[in-house]
Amino acid sequence: MNIPAGKLAIRGLEVSFGERRVVSMDELRLDHGEIVGLAGESGSGKSMTTLAILGLAHTVGATVSGSIKLDGQELTTLSPPDLRAIRGRRIAAIFQSPATAFSPVYKVGTIFTRALRLHGASKAEAADRAAEAMRQVLLAPDLLRRYPSQLSGGQLQRVAIALALALRAEILLADEPTSALDVTVQAEVLDLLRSLRESTGMSILFISHDLAVVAELCDQVVVMRGGLIVEQGPASQVLSAPTDPYTIELLESVPRLASAP
Amino acid sequence: MKGDLLQLRDLAVRYGPVLAVNGVSLDLPAGPFGLGLIGESGSGKSTIGRAVLRLVRMAGGSITFDGQDIASLRGAGLKEYRRNAQIVFQDPDNSLDPRMRIGTTIAEALHAHGVVPRQEAGERVAGLLTEAGLDPEFAVRYPHQLSGGQRQRVAIARALSVQPRLLVLDEPTSALDVRTQARILKLISGLRAERDLAYLLITHNFGVVSELCEQTAVLYLGRVAEIGPTGVLLSRPAHPYTHALRSAVPEVELAGRRSRIVLPGDPPDAASPPPGCVFHPRCPLAIDRCRTEVPVLRDVAPGHRVACHLAEKVLAGAQMPTSGYR
Repeated sequence: MNIPAGKLAIRGLEVSFGERRVVSMDELRLDHGEIVGLAGESGSGKSMTTLAILGLAHTVGATVSGSIKLDGQELTTLSPPDLRAIRGRRIAAIFQSPATAFSPVYKVGTIFTRALRLHGASKAEAADRAAEAMRQVLLAPDLLRRYPSQLSGGQLQRVAIALALALRAEILLADEPTSALDVTVQAEVLDLLRSLRESTGMSILFISHDLAVVAELCDQVVVMRGGLIVEQGPASQVLSAPTDPYTIELLESVPRLASAP
Repeated sequence: MKGDLLQLRDLAVRYGPVLAVNGVSLDLPAGPFGLGLIGESGSGKSTIGRAVLRLVRMAGGSITFDGQDIASLRGAGLKEYRRNAQIVFQDPDNSLDPRMRIGTTIAEALHAHGVVPRQEAGERVAGLLTEAGLDPEFAVRYPHQLSGGQRQRVAIARALSVQPRLLVLDEPTSALDVRTQARILKLISGLRAERDLAYLLITHNFGVVSELCEQTAVLYLGRVAEIGPTGVLLSRPAHPYTHALRSAVPEVELAGRRSRIVLPGDPPDAASPPPGCVFHPRCPLAIDRCRTEVPVLRDVAPGHRVACHLAEKVLAGAQMPTSGYR
């Protein structure tokens, strides 16, 4: 069967630690401008999938087989320099704890300049793009002169997103990006991701254990358990009429705001 | 009407220049009863729990347990209070001694308070583990051999071992996976009925208070913004902050069909709180009065109190900016 390629297409992906297979994924597709939610609990393999897409699984001692294609180009067989040109640039990632994602010894602006220069921007261009990206995430460009420790968790997560924007990333891998944030700040970050998808056409793979957050943000949902996909489909369908018993249990576990005891 | 087990009056706690808790009054009836303390980082919710356990010093106000001022307790009276008031922390990894077997950890509490004769401790530990939904065999294991949910069950079993009348549950499920969280909530719900437990449940999650607390207090920058029956707060919040907090909670059912109230900015610096209502810089309804006059907590309905000059407008359905994104 000939399925259209998709922006990012994963097929037969397997990630293993020695004999132990932690991810075994038949197919996952992320289209242009689409937000796909990868949902599952600890140990479901969702974060290892992210590392595999970034070509970083070997750094934690895992081996990867199968196919990961970006616009039809196979990533798993790329040489390290070719992969570096893609990782961080075309495929960016944000993580749960933005405080540990940035070096504490550089000012935010320097972090931008270093990343942009590494990917070929001139000094003046880097400064312009950093300021523009900060405005896109509704932060004052003044914050570029501060150190990461002088920003709040919500501001830092916006900076991480701004960095992806400044690099003109086409795909954003967001691994539990709001799990450490307060609920009002989480809501703002979700709004931001949604609006950036609209304005830039960025594709987002959103990884979360929280099905309510996935429900708010994502077009498609992929539910993982023990490294396997147990259910996938349009978010409205999977979350309103789940068929897999595990998905049903996950949904029933979300605390309801209905009635007090 | 049952008497109050715990009363906080104008509680204040100071960390250096920061007044982390500023004039909080709360009443907790004897169990079974759950009072939820909900708020964001820096709201003072955990500090209140710690002050109740006398783990931090009060800067002002009073806490009475069973009519006794806990600040004046010494010696045997204090020890008795320490038995009566127990805590379960968010992260059982840090609250269980990694070098101690589970059984020893629980038995230590039993010995310290002389709850049962030494020779009966093993039997009691087995009973407590069973009550917490664990196999009694777990007594010989170490914390690292257990999952996060199992460790939290051990922490609950240890807290209950000394037959407390008051529990402080400080984000007891925030570090757990969602299915594990559901099971722990069910456990707490079952235990509260069996043991007539009264508890303060500290959380940032409206879903958790909705399942376990009759009453909820919403805290903002060390003050009570609103307090009332949990169902009322969820369905008819009278404070703009409660309204916004409620609307920010993601829900599976309402996805995509609901507007969210936008709160500009982050909570202000607690070391230099704004004048007037501390919420006014982020409040979409703020008027001049809010910038100068501190709102006092007042009744808007029986048992429903709110600290907002504009509560009536909020209850009447005042419009707040809900543009998904600016």
